[in-house]
Amino acid sequence: MSAGVSRRFDGFALYAIAYLIFIYLPVLFLPLFSFNDSIYIAFPLKGFTLEWYGKMVNNPGLIDALWNSVQIASGCAVLSTILGTLAAKSVTRYRLPGRGPLIGFIMIPLVIPSIIIGIALLILMSLGGIELSLFTIGLGHMLFCVPFSMLVMISRMEGFDKSMEEAAQDLGENAWGTFWRVTFPLVVPGVVASLLLTFTISFDEFVLAFFLSGTDVTLPVFIWSQLRFPNRLPAVLALGACILMASFVLVTFAEWFRRRGVQLKTSSGV
Amino acid sequence: MADSTATVAVSTPSRSPQLGLVGRIRAAFMRSESFRGFSLLSPTMALMFIALAAPLAVLLTLSFWTQEYLTFIKEFSPSNYLAFFEKQIYPKILLKSLRISAMVTFATVLLAYPMAYFIAFRVKKNKLLWLILITVPFWTSYLLRVFAWKIVLGYNGVINSGLISLGILSEPLEFLLYNPTAVVITLAHAWAAFAILPIYVSLEKIDRSLLEAARDLGEGPFMTFVRVTLPLSMPGVIAASLLVFIPTVGDYVTPTLVGGPTGIMIGNIIQSMFGKAQNWPLGAALAVISMLVVTVAVCGFLWLTNNFRKRVA
Repeated sequence: MSAGVSRRFDGFALYAIAYLIFIYLPVLFLPLFSFNDSIYIAFPLKGFTLEWYGKMVNNPGLIDALWNSVQIASGCAVLSTILGTLAAKSVTRYRLPGRGPLIGFIMIPLVIPSIIIGIALLILMSLGGIELSLFTIGLGHMLFCVPFSMLVMISRMEGFDKSMEEAAQDLGENAWGTFWRVTFPLVVPGVVASLLLTFTISFDEFVLAFFLSGTDVTLPVFIWSQLRFPNRLPAVLALGACILMASFVLVTFAEWFRRRGVQLKTSSGV
Repeated sequence: MADSTATVAVSTPSRSPQLGLVGRIRAAFMRSESFRGFSLLSPTMALMFIALAAPLAVLLTLSFWTQEYLTFIKEFSPSNYLAFFEKQIYPKILLKSLRISAMVTFATVLLAYPMAYFIAFRVKKNKLLWLILITVPFWTSYLLRVFAWKIVLGYNGVINSGLISLGILSEPLEFLLYNPTAVVITLAHAWAAFAILPIYVSLEKIDRSLLEAARDLGEGPFMTFVRVTLPLSMPGVIAASLLVFIPTVGDYVTPTLVGGPTGIMIGNIIQSMFGKAQNWPLGAALAVISMLVVTVAVCGFLWLTNNFRKRVA
């Protein structure tokens, strides 16, 4: 009996490891070939080089695109976390008529194809006479960032007891004091996770940026424009390896922060 | 901010009896929970109206306009919708997109289920680590993940050059890249996390005592799974299917990079209408038709699964 259980466990564990390899392996070829001393992305590997990273750093178009992306992503992260936190507080703390449909409405951008949102915003800007700029890209990215931020904050706010806020008010704190000294410290992990996740979403988003960028492009749009030139692919690999690494670190930290917080609530009741 | 106005409103009516009826109604309204809730929600709702509802309304309007050279003729006309049916290429490509997305959904959910099951039932320690390992790639650049497959499957790509340098192949396999199968593989990889999480959540919610009861009543492990675990995890499976199916129908990044001429999807056509082809009204109409067809497909899918579940129960 116990042998049977462990054999079945092994089958699942093997599958899980194979699955992880399927998810991670293709992406790992980017950093691998970014160090390969050849213009062709093919085996066998020719030797180690940092040439492509040098080419990457010395490309002014890339640096501009990077700076554009950082600006948009930072703005989106802060604004959407503020909106997401307020919205999450609204749906977790107050009895709202039509709560379900309202949340559903806010989540629509996550389920419809982004090309539809992209062209719809493009048409609106064009008919409204609004010139495409970094702001139009940022507005589009907010549509993705706010729902994600709200989801993160809802799971965080459902994690602690409303009575803690009520206790603070009973003990004489006003609304602002209650928020600052009780609510805020409890939701900080959610806020940090939301900032990191929304930054990454905006930083890596391509489809909306593709439709909504004017003369200034973001990093993913820049990469897209480089894909047509085979001789520039190695430098794109170097850049891609850097972006993947940065996203990976940010998101791992965010997820760890967020899910650890949620686990605490189930184990200790706080 | 909403809290402070509400506290003021609570104390005013009792102290000021001269307040008129309107004032009292207003005070009661301000005090009410839903008002405070809505005021916190209002910035987000404003954003959603400006950047989601308004653009979609404009998209719908434009789809009924026409275009002469580069100026829009702002009169109602169904000609774009008629053009969709006149040119057989559009319905054909839309159907192909639906078929590809359905295959992607099927593959993704089928591959994801055992993984979600493993994390929910077999992993005792380090659940957090597994969840993070699964979700992190999903947050990283979609474009780069798709591009990675182009490197893997390409004519001189990882698989071909790897097998040749190992002496297994003498010349590259041509069928790896630039066809619908490449699109399906790439999309199934890109959307993996989207399928695992909902299934995992629904499995995690299952009351473990139900499984013990089934076993105590003499069901074997397999029948316990078929008659208890699987039906109870269906909401997760359905959610996962929709989360993968709907967005992939409109994808154009993957077909452009790995699809080749035979792997073109409706997203490519819509994109070209806003690019090279320069026919925005027709592009808008194609987008509206695609959304309608997807909605119908989703409703059909929900109806089918609902019927099936009723019959099983």
